[in-house]
Amino acid sequence: MSTSKEIKFSNEALELVAKMISRYPEGKQKSALLPVLHLAQAEFDGWLSPEVMDYVAELLSIQPIEVYEVASFYSMFNLKPVGKCLLEVCRTSSCWLRGANEIVEHIEKKLGIKEGETTPDGMFTLKTVECLGSCGTAPMMMCGAQFHENLTFQKVDSILDQLKSEGKRKTYLDDVTVNHY
Amino acid sequence: MGKKLLLANDHIPGIQSYQVYRQHGGYASVEKALKTMKPEEVLEEVKKSGLRGRGGAGFPTGMKWSFLAKPEGVPRYLVCNADESEPGTFKDRYLMSRIPHILVEGMITSSYALGAHTSYIYIRGEYYYVAQILEKAISEAYANGWLGKNIQGSGYDLDLYVQVGGGAYICGEETALLESLEGKRGNPRIKPPFPAIAGLYGCPTVVNNVETISAVVPIVNGGGDAYAAIGVGKSTGTKLISASGHINKPGVYEIEMGITVEDFIYSDEYCGGIINGKKLKAVVAGGSSVPVLPADLIITTAAGEKRLMTYESLADGGFATGTMLGSGGFIVMDEDTSIVENLHTFARFYHHESCGQCSPCREGTGWMEKIIHKILDGHGTLEDVDLLWEIQKKIEGNTICPLGDAAAWPVASAIRHFRAEFEEYVKNSSQIKKIRHYDLINH
Repeated sequence: MSTSKEIKFSNEALELVAKMISRYPEGKQKSALLPVLHLAQAEFDGWLSPEVMDYVAELLSIQPIEVYEVASFYSMFNLKPVGKCLLEVCRTSSCWLRGANEIVEHIEKKLGIKEGETTPDGMFTLKTVECLGSCGTAPMMMCGAQFHENLTFQKVDSILDQLKSEGKRKTYLDDVTVNHY
Repeated sequence: MGKKLLLANDHIPGIQSYQVYRQHGGYASVEKALKTMKPEEVLEEVKKSGLRGRGGAGFPTGMKWSFLAKPEGVPRYLVCNADESEPGTFKDRYLMSRIPHILVEGMITSSYALGAHTSYIYIRGEYYYVAQILEKAISEAYANGWLGKNIQGSGYDLDLYVQVGGGAYICGEETALLESLEGKRGNPRIKPPFPAIAGLYGCPTVVNNVETISAVVPIVNGGGDAYAAIGVGKSTGTKLISASGHINKPGVYEIEMGITVEDFIYSDEYCGGIINGKKLKAVVAGGSSVPVLPADLIITTAAGEKRLMTYESLADGGFATGTMLGSGGFIVMDEDTSIVENLHTFARFYHHESCGQCSPCREGTGWMEKIIHKILDGHGTLEDVDLLWEIQKKIEGNTICPLGDAAAWPVASAIRHFRAEFEEYVKNSSQIKKIRHYDLINH
């Protein structure tokens, strides 16, 4: 899947990039790489294509390889297309103790996909992840920036139904506005 | 009820906002420090308090601060480690999302003590929504003259920024965090030089955990001696404990150091006992990295004394019979829990999170996960258990950063205290329920 639209941030996003860069000393604009990659992922369909990464390199005046090596290091950056809603289910110790495996199996059954797969309509991608710091409210999953905690099968069902009826792409930056910066 | 210093106002509606926080005494430590104390005097109070790093290592904060180099004309930085990623730990998320201003206040007072004029809070990417709560708190602090130029007419300037990570446990290691803050992969640096000499952008830097920096607020307000009066021995003050697993009341509890482990697990003020009245089997007391202990050894030490929630008491007996307070990530397991299966989740975690820089960790964590998987899947042999022991021994102490140790200790302690359970899997392989085959390619 390749994105047909031109790779360029909206004016609002560019304003945000400028603010991100201004947080670091002169000449240290590379420090803004992680926040800018999050922004890029939110702007360009939830994943980072090589073209998007090249664009980010250009924005920050760094080499493309400096972007690739970072994007491939951190778990939150998707280097392949994902569904509109990326369901990230925690499965480490505390969540496992409180039934995370069963939650994963329930989602697999309900959506008809296996972990790592995307539904044919492009709505959901299921991913299992390591500890998200929600151990006291286990089991949990994250979608976009939102933590869904104390999951039960019933709760999962209603979350999935809700997300599907909204039909919107969820990103980590859902509530981020320029004003916050 | 124990004394609360960080969560004392947690029950107050609206405490997340500046107005309510300020009405309840918020920013008093900044006023006191900037108007009546020299930076060295703030440092002195922190030293007197006996405060130890709350991220896991427990290093004395005052000492860490005093190592900070102060060359002329070179900026110094304070960086808050909000990369909370140690499995079982969620106290910082709780504190930052409930009372964000206590961290902002602590950052200002601490930055003043260290002579920093730009400070950063590095928060894990998955806590994006918490980062937004902090951004809001910081903008309120700017609007009310607690940040920026000439804070409250004191002549002291400070800018405070939030930086989000990208999802990597290793960035909780302070030099990896600094690399990440510079926009790089989170590969830990070789030390020395320590960050106190060459940290962020090669400048002198102090990196402290969220809870540590927040604790500076009550220390400055009430004085270091009053803080040190709480607790036992070198475990002073209060500690946030993240309690999870098979307990009736999971959550974050602020405890006075020195309550008994038994009380913490069973009293209604804290965990409220084991779910469904089951028996306690084991506890991981300080986050996934620390040794797991069986019920008898977590309740009492090998010498038969009641074990306390302190750095020293939890470590009593060394790794043979003790553990560590670590980050305070307290994971409780009931009698039906498979220690081997729980260990598999840890081994998978460390394999996933190894940065790949050092061979013993990069290769060893993968092999440990695979061997535990093999045992769980009914194909294990008794030699595999010995091999597992050998691998963890070869990782421990042989890596640049402590992730290697952190990966080795859970494996070592599980075998040390629950070897029979591993052997059970080997001997009764035909009766083992097939475990989920997670896609190893995704690692």
